[in-house]
Amino acid sequence: MHIDRMDVVALHIQNGVLNGPVSIGFALLAAMLLAIAVIRSRRHLDDRLAPMAGLVAAFIFAVQMLNFPVLPGVSGHLVGGALAALLVGPWVGALCVAVVLIVQALVFADGGVSAIGPNVTNMALVGTAAAYALIALLLRILPRNAAGLAVTAVIASVVSVLAAAMSFVLQYALGGTTQLETVGLGEVAAAMAGTHILIGIGEGLITATTVATVAKVRPDLVYALRGLRRDEIPAPAQRVPAAGGVA
Amino acid sequence: MTRKNRLFLGGLLAVLLLAGVVSNFASGAPDGLESVAAKGCVLDEAGEVIDGTCIARNTEEHELGDSPFADYAVRGIDNDYLATGLSGVTGALLTLAIAGGIFWLIRSRRTVKE
Repeated sequence: MHIDRMDVVALHIQNGVLNGPVSIGFALLAAMLLAIAVIRSRRHLDDRLAPMAGLVAAFIFAVQMLNFPVLPGVSGHLVGGALAALLVGPWVGALCVAVVLIVQALVFADGGVSAIGPNVTNMALVGTAAAYALIALLLRILPRNAAGLAVTAVIASVVSVLAAAMSFVLQYALGGTTQLETVGLGEVAAAMAGTHILIGIGEGLITATTVATVAKVRPDLVYALRGLRRDEIPAPAQRVPAAGGVA
Repeated sequence: MTRKNRLFLGGLLAVLLLAGVVSNFASGAPDGLESVAAKGCVLDEAGEVIDGTCIARNTEEHELGDSPFADYAVRGIDNDYLATGLSGVTGALLTLAIAGGIFWLIRSRRTVKE
C-alpha cells in the first residue's frame, strides 16, 4: 500500500538508485567536510547562539515536511541551504541541514540510509555552499535594506536547490544503477533543472519571509547581516570619542 | 523573560505549529526528484515501477522502513492527521535536541562580545 502522502520527499535519494562505490565515496567526502564544518563552527557558536542554531535545524525539519505544488502532479519543499546560510552562516548551516537529513533517514525512513552520504553532500554541503557564495556576492552589490535581503534570499535559494539537483545528476552519471535507455541523462538533467528552479522559487519566498521576520525582531541573529553591521561600526565608533573631545 | 528567550520560544512555537499542524496540508504529489526518477518507466496505480528504464527502476526498500515513525506516520495511530502531526512534532523536537546538543558541545566557551 503506497497511499502515504509523504512516501518519498524532494531531493532525498532512495536506496538502490546509486551504486555502492558512489554511495560510499560521497559518504566519505561528506564525513570529511562535516568534520571541517564542526571545527569551523566552533568560533561562531557561543552560549547565546548554540540554542538558536538548534532551533534553525528544527525549523528546517518542520518546513521540509511542507510540500507545495510546483507543476500539475509535481511538488517540492524547501531544502534549507539558503535559509541556514543566511541565518547561521555556511558552516553551522551545513551542520543544521545535515542533522535534519540524518534524522529523516534514521527515524522517518525518508532518504535511504545507504544514500545518506550523497544526500548530505547534495543538500547540506553543495546546497549550503552554493547559497553562501551567492549571498556573499549579492549582499555586496545589492542595496543593504529589506528589499536587498529578500532578493538575495530568493536568488540564493534558486541557485542552491539547482546546484543540489545538478549534484545528484553528477552522482547518477558516476554511479546510477539503471542504464537509462528511453530517457537520456541530458533529458534527466534538463527535467531536474526545470522542476528544481520552480522549487527554488518557492523555497526563496519562504526563506525571504523567514529571514525578513528574524531581521525585524533581532537583526543581530542574522549571520548575513552581521558582516554588514561590522562594516558600519567604524562610523559611530569614531563619532563617540569626537563628541567626548568637544565636551 | 529576556528578549532572547522570547524569540526562542516564539520560534519554537512556530516550528511546532508547522510540523504538527500545517504539515497536514502539504501536497501529496510526487516531488521534483521523484517525478524525474520515474521518467521513462511505466508505473502502476500504487506508483511502483512495472516497466521501462528510469532512475527509480532499481529502487530498494528502506532499511528502516518498518520503524515506528517510518514515512512520517506513527505506528498504532490510525488517524492520519494525528499521526502526521505527532511524527512532525517528534521529529522537530528530536532535531532541536540533536542539533542544539551538538552546537552546545562544540560552542566556544569564551563569551563572544557582539
